[in-house]
Amino acid sequence: MFWKYKDLIIQLVSRDIKLKYRRSFLGYLWSILNPLFVMIVMTIVFSAMFSRNIENFPVYLFTGKMLFDFLSTSTRQAMTSVVNNGALLKKTYVPKYIFTFSQVTSCMVDFVLSFGALLIVIIATGAKLTWTSVLFPTVVVQIYIFCLGLGFLLAALNVFFRDIQYIYNAITTAWMYLTPIFYPIESLPHNLQILIKGLNPLYYYVAQFRDLVYYGQIPGPRILWGGWIMAFIMLVIGLWAFKRKQDDFILFI
Amino acid sequence: MEPYIVDVDNLTIRFNMASEKVDNLKEYAIKLIKKELKFKEFLALQDVSLKIKRGESWALIGVNGSGKSTLLKAVSGILKPYKGSVTVRGEIAPLIELGAGFDGNMTARENIYLNGTVLGHSKKYMDEHFDEIVDFAELWNFLDTPIKNFSSGMKARLGFSVATMVSSDVLIVDEILAVGDFLFRKKCMDRMNTMLNDGTTLLFVSHNIEDVSRLCDHALWLDHGRTKMAGNVEDVCKAYGNHNK
Repeated sequence: MFWKYKDLIIQLVSRDIKLKYRRSFLGYLWSILNPLFVMIVMTIVFSAMFSRNIENFPVYLFTGKMLFDFLSTSTRQAMTSVVNNGALLKKTYVPKYIFTFSQVTSCMVDFVLSFGALLIVIIATGAKLTWTSVLFPTVVVQIYIFCLGLGFLLAALNVFFRDIQYIYNAITTAWMYLTPIFYPIESLPHNLQILIKGLNPLYYYVAQFRDLVYYGQIPGPRILWGGWIMAFIMLVIGLWAFKRKQDDFILFI
Repeated sequence: MEPYIVDVDNLTIRFNMASEKVDNLKEYAIKLIKKELKFKEFLALQDVSLKIKRGESWALIGVNGSGKSTLLKAVSGILKPYKGSVTVRGEIAPLIELGAGFDGNMTARENIYLNGTVLGHSKKYMDEHFDEIVDFAELWNFLDTPIKNFSSGMKARLGFSVATMVSSDVLIVDEILAVGDFLFRKKCMDRMNTMLNDGTTLLFVSHNIEDVSRLCDHALWLDHGRTKMAGNVEDVCKAYGNHNK
């Protein structure tokens, strides 16, 4: 079933990527330039506040911000994927998960392109590149699986309650501030630290990613296994909710 | 006995017609508290049975809102039965709306691939049939034009040509030939006739009784979601014509 529609997924992903930069002069370069510009602004703003105790603040910031951006854009787009394709789903039979899946996947492609920007920042700031950096795809896979799961859940919820879009906006904002993206986790009160380390999945991915790219070390077993387990739990929850409700979608879109 | 290629058995399709649409939490909570959350049940189809053998061509006739399109959607798998069952043994090409899945910002060339894969074909299959599709649609000069600049007739041509390029077992056609000029309509009719001769099974909705009797050998007359009459196309069309006088 999945195999039959693999070419459709490829078409949808390439459509998203093609259309994103159609008629723009610099095209795909924006996938690198855009995060770079945002980064420069954020570095200027935040370095005054936090950089005293963080070495090479731009790379620290970037490694966290990249993952958060992928999570928030991909899940947000996945959320509207079923509703936005309502017209099509009413007129022809296509498995509904295809749209959610392809939406998260095209964001993932964009995310991988933004590694170019990270490389530029690393070189420009004179940080040393360690061999552990080549292991970054393991983090990409984990967060991709996690976002797929969350995306499926949100897509299903959004069919029945459009309010979820606004609620989720507030959630992502809170999520950003509750993840050590532009501050070191040590600067938080002890209780909050424990809470974040235990419950915030994004913390696991950011910590692993920073270990590999920023500190140049292999992540510890706790965050490594925690990351994988959370990803798969989220995927199972998302798929379960989606599958349970998908036959009713058509009546609400 | 040969199994039916499309077997619709006592099909009932139900919609929840909420008096107003409740699709946000606040309203839902208010209604829940005020106990106003009741659904009006609407049965778009009731106990409809339709058995089609391979190679037959069936027309669905009836006035607007009688459930014709709902039946087509149920056969295509878009709507799930509330009661009863729908079994289809074979590949379906649904033409419920031409060019469903076209993206206005993409060129005709890209849309041919997109639409083809929406219908479940592989990229390779589309590569092989690409020339044929463009030939039939007569759109060689506009291949790299974004489809939002196409006229509705051009879009319909492209959609029809993508959808019928397939050698599918069941072709489902829902009142789509209303657009398009006289020549194209004739071309479409010819194409459908060829497919019928090749053994494709046809399910056809049209208000044009002339088209119906030319293409189909059986007909099902639906009225308010129930079967009014089924059988030979001439008998049913005659009865339908007399009824509407």
